[in-house]
Amino acid sequence: MLEIRNLHASVEGKEILKGVDLTIKDGEIHALMGTNGAGKSTLSNVIVGHPKYEVTEGTIMFNGKDLLAMNPEERAHAGIFMSFQQPVEIPGVSMTNFMRAAVNAKYQAEGMEPIKSTDFLKVMREKRQLVEIDQKLVSRSVNEGFSGGEKKRNEIFQMAMLNPSFCILDETDSGLDVDALRIVAEGFNKFRNEKTSAMVITHYQRLLDYIRPDVVHVLIDGRIIKTGGAELAKQIEDNGFDWIING
Amino acid sequence: MKENNKEENEFVRKVANKEYEYGFTTDVHTEIIEKGLNEDIVRLISQKKGEPDWLLEFRLNAYRHWLTMRQPSWGHLRMPEIDYQAISYYADPTKQKNGTDAQNSNGEIDPELKKTFDKLGIPLEEQLALSGMAVDAVMDSVSVKTTFKQQLEEKGIIFCSISEAVRNHPDLVRQFLGTVVPYRDNYFAALNSAVFSDGSFVYIPKNTRCPLELSTYFRINARGTGQFERTLIVCDDDSYVSYLEGCTAPMRDENQLHAAIVEIVVMNRAEVKYSTVQNWYPGDKDGKGGVLNLVTKRGHLRGVDSKLSWTQVETGSAITWKYPSCVLQGDNSQAEFYSVAVTNNYQQADTGTKMIHVGKNTRSTIISKGISAGKSQNSYRGLVKVGTHADNARNYSSCDSLLLGSECGAHTFPYLDVHNNSATVEHEATTSKISEDQLFYCNQRGISTEEAVGLIVNGYAREVLNKLPMEFAVEAQKLLSVSLEGSVG
Repeated sequence: MLEIRNLHASVEGKEILKGVDLTIKDGEIHALMGTNGAGKSTLSNVIVGHPKYEVTEGTIMFNGKDLLAMNPEERAHAGIFMSFQQPVEIPGVSMTNFMRAAVNAKYQAEGMEPIKSTDFLKVMREKRQLVEIDQKLVSRSVNEGFSGGEKKRNEIFQMAMLNPSFCILDETDSGLDVDALRIVAEGFNKFRNEKTSAMVITHYQRLLDYIRPDVVHVLIDGRIIKTGGAELAKQIEDNGFDWIING
Repeated sequence: MKENNKEENEFVRKVANKEYEYGFTTDVHTEIIEKGLNEDIVRLISQKKGEPDWLLEFRLNAYRHWLTMRQPSWGHLRMPEIDYQAISYYADPTKQKNGTDAQNSNGEIDPELKKTFDKLGIPLEEQLALSGMAVDAVMDSVSVKTTFKQQLEEKGIIFCSISEAVRNHPDLVRQFLGTVVPYRDNYFAALNSAVFSDGSFVYIPKNTRCPLELSTYFRINARGTGQFERTLIVCDDDSYVSYLEGCTAPMRDENQLHAAIVEIVVMNRAEVKYSTVQNWYPGDKDGKGGVLNLVTKRGHLRGVDSKLSWTQVETGSAITWKYPSCVLQGDNSQAEFYSVAVTNNYQQADTGTKMIHVGKNTRSTIISKGISAGKSQNSYRGLVKVGTHADNARNYSSCDSLLLGSECGAHTFPYLDVHNNSATVEHEATTSKISEDQLFYCNQRGISTEEAVGLIVNGYAREVLNKLPMEFAVEAQKLLSVSLEGSVG
């Protein structure tokens, strides 16, 4: 369970989050919507511990642990994963070596022996199929020369490899055509189980048609100003945010 | 490479916050001659080694020529003042106090020396040796032991210290010594030619594929001394040898000088692969101490269809001034230079190669990867020269620089000198940086920053590391990660 209380955060001295309260229970999918610059990406970056963002007030607890006291890799080992809006390219590092390093770092944090090569390759094969990733893609350097759709599929593939309990999907639908969107969303649905929780950031209903949210939040100017059920996303799709902001 | 990765990660964890691993000193009685450089010292060195007159003459000529020269200053380096009279030019750790040799007639070595090389991962007992490898172990000015000499002799291969070669194979040494790097070549070559001590001698006879990897391990131990390695490799017609050198030194506040010459002669259709993993003490975090690595290495591709490949992984030394070069004289000869040079803290490297195309249809390839961190300066300097008769000569050069942090420098100085219209010369260069975003992406996947840097750097250097013999590729990978520890974050 993720519990955020009175969270204030700033970037380069400018306050972006101005008191966010949010509780996401195990197994729940929460959608986070809001205007550009409202602080959606800031919130997700603060949760994963990006050094550029400074938390000035408030707490984040994850399964009873103080998340803000942990470094980014400890948060990852604790089960937090973010599908990046713009995944970076890492030339020279093959997807296979990258994934092995990530899996072994997690194993080590849990006090386990490193994964055997044969087991690792088997898991890779299984998880690739979830998001229809080609063998050729995993032998290439991390995200290098991947198309927009391939990058997003690769994020979900990594998610499946690392098996997190809390996932952030930061505009995973942006730049995807209809087919790619379906593959990515269905990949996520196949991966998750009844305990997996997620925060899905999107501007569009079409992603939420596949990944059904239990709760929808509207974040405007650094605060959550409205919370509702799945129907709230549909209302926003039809009417925009003005009626919420001005209402 | 899959298992390597695992091993590398463990290694990085293990040595986190650990300093230069080979910085210990061996407490062994060492006979050190008085400091200073003059004709008497040159004569003394020659006398200690029981050399013939022609070699003493060679040394004296070199010394006299050196006196007329000035230390070069064209490198992109801030070189500390070297007081050549404050250095001892000969240190022998194998001499006992009573003047007898530490290595007795049964070939047994002083246990302290043996322990030192064990600690460095270079066992001197043949039964413990790395498989498929013969080693010449040199400490300070003297070769301590050469393994598998007998076994190689059966094939007519000579592998021994250069001093021993002078005694046992004087004609061969005389025929080739100084023919690739003449003592007039440059300041440090003249100095080396005057005072050189041990290094290795390799002769591969015709039609012979050397069955073992040959390797020399250089260790500086004594304080206040310089090391003047001299290595000569001759690979005769239709033969092949792969040779590897490694180097380490203790941690000291003073700068120590290592001025070496390596000469390689490659005959018709012969092939030589020469690899270096250079890990001399780089100095401390504030730039104090460290080895000055001032080296002239050159190969002469004398024969037709001959091949020479230099591969170097340079992580150590306070200053590296080194340009392993090739003279492609034989028609259709091929030369390669693969280099990874890492500088951290206050290290400075000015390194590269010269490819001199003389013969027809000669081909050369240069792949250079510079990695700079801390406040270091890393320069690639390379010359591609195509002579008037080198029809259809081809060169491809690729020089990449990777920067870690914003206080380090990367520089590229390519020189082209082409005198034949049929030549094709290509040069590519890139500069990149490890970005915060890349590191954070790795962190978010649970990979620590140090490990992420290791992954990225090893990926970047892979093309070169792949050229090393298998066992050393693993070593070199570890070395890269360790050398850059603490450079990010």
